[in-house]
Amino acid sequence: MRDVLGIINDTDIRQKLKDLTRVRSTAAVPFGGRYRIIDFVLSNMTNSGIKNIGILTQSYNRSLLDHVDSGREWDLLSKRDGLFVLPPIFRYDQFTGNLGDVDHYYNHMDYLTRSRQQYILISNSNVIYNMDYREVQQCYEEKKADIVIVYKNIQPEEQNNHRVLSLLLDNNGQIRDMAASKENRLSPAVAMETAFMKKSLFMEIVDDCIARGYRDFTKDGLIKNLDKYNIFGYEHKGFAAKIDSIDTYYRHSMDLLKPEIWKELFFKHGNIFTKVKDEPPVKYLASADVSNSLLANGCHIAGTVENSILGRGVTVHAGAVVRNAIVMQKGQIHRGSTVENAILDKDVVVTPGKQLRGERDYPLVIEKQAVI
Amino acid sequence: MTKQECVAMLLAGGQGTRLGILTRKLAKPAVPFGGKYRIIDFTLSNCANSGIYTVGVLTQYQPLILNSYIGIGSHWDLDKKRGGVTVLPPYVRHDGGHWYLGTANAVYQNIEFVDQYDPEYVLVLSGDHIYKMDYSILLDYHKEREADVTIAVIEVPWEETHRFGIMNTDKDNVILEFQEKPKEAKNNLASMGVYVFNWKLLRKVLIEDEMNKESDHDFGKNIIPMLLDEKKRIFAYPFRHYWKDVGTIESLWQANMDLLLDQPELDLYERDWKIYSVNPNQPVQFIAKGAHVTHSLINEGCQIYGSVKNSVLFPGVVVGKNSVVNDSVLMSDTVIGENVTIERTIMGEECTVEDNCVIGQPGEGPEGITVLGENVVATQGKVIPSGVEINIENCHEFGCAPNGLKDRKGDL
Repeated sequence: MRDVLGIINDTDIRQKLKDLTRVRSTAAVPFGGRYRIIDFVLSNMTNSGIKNIGILTQSYNRSLLDHVDSGREWDLLSKRDGLFVLPPIFRYDQFTGNLGDVDHYYNHMDYLTRSRQQYILISNSNVIYNMDYREVQQCYEEKKADIVIVYKNIQPEEQNNHRVLSLLLDNNGQIRDMAASKENRLSPAVAMETAFMKKSLFMEIVDDCIARGYRDFTKDGLIKNLDKYNIFGYEHKGFAAKIDSIDTYYRHSMDLLKPEIWKELFFKHGNIFTKVKDEPPVKYLASADVSNSLLANGCHIAGTVENSILGRGVTVHAGAVVRNAIVMQKGQIHRGSTVENAILDKDVVVTPGKQLRGERDYPLVIEKQAVI
Repeated sequence: MTKQECVAMLLAGGQGTRLGILTRKLAKPAVPFGGKYRIIDFTLSNCANSGIYTVGVLTQYQPLILNSYIGIGSHWDLDKKRGGVTVLPPYVRHDGGHWYLGTANAVYQNIEFVDQYDPEYVLVLSGDHIYKMDYSILLDYHKEREADVTIAVIEVPWEETHRFGIMNTDKDNVILEFQEKPKEAKNNLASMGVYVFNWKLLRKVLIEDEMNKESDHDFGKNIIPMLLDEKKRIFAYPFRHYWKDVGTIESLWQANMDLLLDQPELDLYERDWKIYSVNPNQPVQFIAKGAHVTHSLINEGCQIYGSVKNSVLFPGVVVGKNSVVNDSVLMSDTVIGENVTIERTIMGEECTVEDNCVIGQPGEGPEGITVLGENVVATQGKVIPSGVEINIENCHEFGCAPNGLKDRKGDL
């Protein structure tokens, strides 16, 4: 896929991740103990053979920049192609407007023009799956499509009350209707915010949108053009998650505790890469009692950990209990404290004897560096 | 090339014969340790953490894994525009060439490499030892005393002095005499194999030593005694932290077990002195419901369904349901089936233990450790006694088989 340009769009800052995105963008939200959400799309792209990747960023991008750095961990440190961070551009005439993704693409047209790749694979930064994009390109060629959109069938019982982009496909897999709705879905097919097309077509759509004052690539660029272009769906049959709220963040994090999902997500089409921190292995002391949990390196466990996900360098002291919780990097849970149904952002310290409890369907979120 | 104040020459050609089957295909510095590291990581990390960024790594025995492991040194932050890490195997010159005949000869053969940087000092290190040391403090110590040579020394128990090169010093740490593995030691300060030399002097002495046909071309045996005879200023630098030569199966096992103490002497968690290594890029470890893990070090990518106690697990190890692992070291990607018992065993990379096997025996201390070399398969219900060493060549004698070459990641 050397002829494919990868674009990751991290400009959507209106998601409901509350305190988790107070200091960082969605792409940089920690996930799965040692990863950031962007690692999945970024690794999928490089594992599929994409050599040139641009990341469109918004405000609060320090955390993301620090994380991706030169791109070396994804083998993107390269003289030719490689990783390009595309920061928001503040143009005088755009200051007052509420910019849509089309504006951000348009502002970086010169990057698209200069890249030598013919095709483009564009994805939002907030999707989590392990996918071989070569199969998407294959679908594009077989169907002689203009655009291919990746979707997943989500059964009614797995649905939540968030707005999703549902698709109506005909028997040949061509998309006949698309709608971003909460309740009335066109079919179980939900778009996974990933599309493949010719770069020239992408640029043409962006140009058309700008010319007409449109801002939303999906609604204005795709839905309005369903008759003009042949848009096909490619079904992703494995695990896929879209992180757009505390609820989906918590639920899909907990999905990783199912071994079959853990294996699929981290191994299926290649490993997921991330920034290396050189943490030592997890140390379990005599009083450690851990079950059904994921632990990143550098943790120091003397207490009880159950149904939880611990980030790098978390310390759980003897007599502390962590249950159904996500504790990010360097969290410290001291003696006699209980953390239950909670999400603790980085560097949170829970001093001795504290009880932090959320509800299973409404986890407590503690902001970065809080001392409780 | 740019002048460097100090160049490190890291001797990494050791065969480590006493580690038996574990060094059959590996040089000793490449032997895995501590659930994550290879022994040489400690010395390389010490260099980077001490600000010594010009390092020559002298390899000889089984260099393949070591060479690819070191690469351009980026994992230790040693990929620099000026200096950086250079792997130096023996090479052929216009008049032929030969193996490194001794530690001193290895550096002698690379005089040109050192000369490129025109250094004041050369730090000679060994890739065989586990310790954390700030070489910049050693270098300052050397400069303050205007020494010709400074040798790092550590106190060893008197009853073990016969295993070491012992330095006899005066009250100012001036070395008066050197005894190689003495029967009756006068002191208990052992050389750690860490030397600072003034390069001009070392260069001259290496050339002289090369001319001497009687010499073993060894730093401890020949170079240091020669400099003592010449009445050079040789100082001992006392080091008082953890230092271990893991030369044998027993000491390798013991050094791993040392890490499991609540407050181990060697602190791997120190944020300002990280030990770097090549990252295997594995996901976070999974401890299943019903698993039991205590007193252990477990690395990324492991999946634990059974019980693990007092053990060190490298990346990607799987321990099946109802299996028990005690007092053992399991290296990368080893897969343990169900209802297996493993006691006091060191297992090399990519071993497979099928269901219902019993390997090793419980006991006290490091005697009678069972060793499985890499890629050994213990088939269904095998009982392996304690104290045996099994590799893919002799495994049939024990009813075991060598591992196939298929990629096992997929069928986990």
